[in-house]
Amino acid sequence: MDSVTSEQPVRSSQHLAPTVARSVKVLVVGAFGVGKTTLIGSVSEIEPLRTEEVITTASVGVDPVAGHGEKTTTTVAMDFGRVTVSPEVALYLFGTPGQRRFWDLWAGLADGAVGAVVMIDTRHLEDSFEVLDQLELRTTMPFAVVVNEFPDAPQYPVERLRAALDLLPSTPIVKCDARDRTSAVRVLVALVEHALTFPVFQKVLA
Amino acid sequence: MRDDEEYRDHPVRSYVLTSGRAHPTRNTLRPETLLVAVDGRPAPATASGQQRELLRLCRGTLALAEVAAYLGLPVSLVAVLVSDLVDTGHLTIRSNHQAHALPSRDVLEKVLDGLRNL
Ligand SMILES: Nc1nc2c(ncn2[C@@H]2O[C@H](COP(=O)(O)OP(=O)(O)OP(=O)(O)O)[C@@H](O)[C@H]2O)c(=O)[nH]1
Ligand SMILES: [Mg+2]
Repeated sequence: MDSVTSEQPVRSSQHLAPTVARSVKVLVVGAFGVGKTTLIGSVSEIEPLRTEEVITTASVGVDPVAGHGEKTTTTVAMDFGRVTVSPEVALYLFGTPGQRRFWDLWAGLADGAVGAVVMIDTRHLEDSFEVLDQLELRTTMPFAVVVNEFPDAPQYPVERLRAALDLLPSTPIVKCDARDRTSAVRVLVALVEHALTFPVFQKVLA
Repeated sequence: MRDDEEYRDHPVRSYVLTSGRAHPTRNTLRPETLLVAVDGRPAPATASGQQRELLRLCRGTLALAEVAAYLGLPVSLVAVLVSDLVDTGHLTIRSNHQAHALPSRDVLEKVLDGLRNL
């Protein structure tokens, strides 16, 4: 593992500009293979990076050395990218599998997020039910639903998707080609516009 | 499984390292927290190889998650290394995130303007 360190020296061009003093993040969630990394890569100014967290199922508060045999480990990967949106502000996009139990593995991943982009594959709509339930029941996070247009995927009118996914009338549903930068940026614009309508963002914090 | 091979020694190490610690800085660290090394301060004599590498990476501003990715280590482990280096005055948190604080409307508007102009 430590060899990775010396193989990937950070080029100074990958540092943020010295004026950047603020970061915000958006979560990009969705089922396996739905296009999370592609969307992040389309927007990011750096090659998407990857980091992994390894969790032993009985890890929290338990001596990890004891009871070796009964433990199983789960590796959860997070892909992410970044885009400097103003001289002072960098936006980070963190892509992770949709289920809330995966984000909980990352300390602070959901905390303070502007919102989430939920990527949907119309060939497997049911795969998105869990993440939508989690977002609605367990967070107050704004989210936008993104329908990645795969060539062989059924094309539904937006309002039919809204009904099928039981989304509020105000929740943005955006069709997108995650490979296209303009299309991917439009998704983020829709999410941030939507977030700005949330009461929590109405007050200017000192 | 490949991942088990590669990461076998991490769960134990990261939980041993993180358990029972109560660094105040840790609570404000998130994957997007921006870090930068304090100019001209050499690494402490006691710094581990990982901490030296971390300080080298942070000669310019990077987020915690970026540092973790370049080091090939989990974010949870790097948060501990970072918090030690902040406490000893070698590393600065460039963007301070209070626990549970959301970005202000002002910042969101900057993000929106910036995205529209990309
Ligand atoms: N046609 C089309 N193909 C896409 C689109 N987005 C992604 N793909 C393709 O779908 C495949 C999977 O995309 P990824 O971005 O790797 O998906 P992911 O969600 O990151 O996958 P995991 O990390 O494995 O869960 C790739 O081959 C992409 O090129 C899209 O909008 N349109
Ligand atoms: Mg991916």
